[in-house]
Amino acid sequence: MSSRDIAINAANISKCFRIGSKEKMHDSIGGALIDFIKRPLKNYRKYRSLYRFDDNNQSKDSDGGTKDSDVLWAINNVSFEIKHGEVVGIIGRNGAGKSTLLKIISKITTPTTGFIELRGRVSSLLEVGTGFHPELTGRENIYLNGTILGMKKREIDIKFDEIVEFSGVEKFIDTPVKRYSSGMRVRLAFSVAAHLEPEILVIDEVLAVGDADFQKKCLNKMQEVGRHGRTVLFVSHNMPSVTRLCERVILLQEGKILKDGPSHKVVSAYLHSGYGTMAVREWLDPAKAPCSDIARLFAVRIRTEDGKISDALDIRQEVRLEMEYEVFSSDFILLPNFHLLNEDGVEVCCLVDLDSEWRNRRRPAGRYITTARIPGNLLSEGTFFVRANLCSLDPLTIQFDVPDAVAFQVIDSLDGDSARGDYAGPFPGVMRPMTSWNTQFSPNGKGVLSPK
Amino acid sequence: MAHGKQPDDITVVIKPRSGWEFIDFRELGAYRDLLFFLVWRDIKVIYAQTILGFAWAVLNPLAQIIIFGVVFGHVANVSSDGIPYILFSSVAIIPWTYMSEAMQNSSQSLVAGQGMLDKIYFPRLLFPLTGVLSKLVDFVVSLIILLGLLVYYRVSPTVNLLLLPFFVIYMMLIPAGIGMWLSALAVRFRDVKFALQFIIRMLIYTAPIVYSASAIPARYRLLYSVNPVVGVVEGFRACLLGAAMPWPYILPGLLFALLLVISGAFYFRRMEESFADVI
Repeated sequence: MSSRDIAINAANISKCFRIGSKEKMHDSIGGALIDFIKRPLKNYRKYRSLYRFDDNNQSKDSDGGTKDSDVLWAINNVSFEIKHGEVVGIIGRNGAGKSTLLKIISKITTPTTGFIELRGRVSSLLEVGTGFHPELTGRENIYLNGTILGMKKREIDIKFDEIVEFSGVEKFIDTPVKRYSSGMRVRLAFSVAAHLEPEILVIDEVLAVGDADFQKKCLNKMQEVGRHGRTVLFVSHNMPSVTRLCERVILLQEGKILKDGPSHKVVSAYLHSGYGTMAVREWLDPAKAPCSDIARLFAVRIRTEDGKISDALDIRQEVRLEMEYEVFSSDFILLPNFHLLNEDGVEVCCLVDLDSEWRNRRRPAGRYITTARIPGNLLSEGTFFVRANLCSLDPLTIQFDVPDAVAFQVIDSLDGDSARGDYAGPFPGVMRPMTSWNTQFSPNGKGVLSPK
Repeated sequence: MAHGKQPDDITVVIKPRSGWEFIDFRELGAYRDLLFFLVWRDIKVIYAQTILGFAWAVLNPLAQIIIFGVVFGHVANVSSDGIPYILFSSVAIIPWTYMSEAMQNSSQSLVAGQGMLDKIYFPRLLFPLTGVLSKLVDFVVSLIILLGLLVYYRVSPTVNLLLLPFFVIYMMLIPAGIGMWLSALAVRFRDVKFALQFIIRMLIYTAPIVYSASAIPARYRLLYSVNPVVGVVEGFRACLLGAAMPWPYILPGLLFALLLVISGAFYFRRMEESFADVI
């Protein structure tokens, strides 16, 4: 492979940050007073240390850790090569270093050590509509945002009509953007981005915005980008869209590359990594848990028919989805619900709490575990991603919403008593219900096809 | 796709920077369209949804000219070297208003543009530069009013007027230099915002804006004129009112202003790479 085939070459890049140390509390007025006087000097040292790293705390131990507990290596000695035309996904848990890596590739921040070579014009989209100003008109914002993304005025002149048409806001193009609905704003912003023609496109989870139809339009546009021989680097939490868009996936964990290879392999490795299994997701630190003023999520779990936690379930058995949460207020009718997505991103079904005991009844403050049971012999084989959501009714308000909270595999062990019967080959369909069949036979055709 | 170039034509290497670097003019040139739109945005947004619109650009300096004219010209009776006081002070207030506003604007530019800084790369210098350039519009509007005032007082133009563009550039150097220094500093220390207000309030009295430079004893003149604002104000006076060009007041400040810009550019470029991490 000659070096001309390589679009992105990252060699041993690392990036360290200093996370602020805790502020000390003082327990006397005198102490507080002395602290008040000393504070400016302390502050100066603190803010200065944010960007100064002395040589001694920059050197790493043999195991790659640091001596200075204050310093965080967000990216730790990462190397990879990406060829022209490859569409590569980057996945990993929060804090794995995905965003930092993207920021380094987009030149927003520099690596502490190592280097990256990029061959070709790079556009990075860490956000749609960067620089949009509410007081400016749609037209002005297209030019502003376009030039921010690296286009020349002349290029925007040429593509202007196409951008406006793609966004579908022709009528309001000379209206200040502050009068737009948020959906229109996103559409306009994405249209600008979609008309970039970079050789290398670096894209963060910007697709999480906008309505479903528009998301689909954007995903198609991205796939088109990939087909035009451009290199795409795509960071996402959304496994279905990663597997759909990317042929290769890089899995990051704690700043290092844990796996790099074909999407389905890496994604399934990811699902089994991290917290041991994806069958449980618990938020032990209340400060980080998904919550609102009304409710807080503690955990989402997947259990088998026997109540065991598992992420690999037999296709014939019931799947139990469980959410544990706390309710702070006794004034609301709450509706726990789960969405199930398959690996292609298709929303297979939406499951809503139908328990008659709690239907249309205000849930008193306290702790709850709500379980949904999906009958066996209904889902097909494959990976399913669970979105956990809690709404309050009248008016319908989302209290928390966790996409890809947990994931599980449905496995058919080919014992012959599942819906596939004795057939062992690839079996299509997003569902695989056990259906009852009946065949009537008559050797001479009498009495069989009677319309009665 | 109509790409004239092979992808391999452009190679960018991203690596930690070592040592001091000066402004990368070629990169800046490549982003001139963006600079134009950023300045345009700044100008357009200030007076958005106001009734008077651009009239505010005129009203503010006008009010200050009148207040200073009454307070210092009539009540305090400050000497103005025989020139009508209102002319004497307004030729100084107009460049001063520009400088103080451009200074504040450009030194806050990075903190104010935090949302962009964190999400996309373009030469960071565009932030303070935008502040310096966008305030020029207000300056030009007030300059036109000033010219009207000069015609009204029948001040005849002299050859000195030809030097006006030079002093306009000199005037822009000051907020550019200060802006690069302070915007980079403000990323780390938000104290800059408060300190600058204090400095600006002080600077107006350390420069011959409301009084005449001739009131300063001759032995302090060199020290006094290191302040670049002195040179700009004296230069504007000589250009527009036709007095002899007071070079001893102008040159020390000009040197200092150049030093400020060059050192500011180096400092800014040095700090640039940690902006997104610290802000």
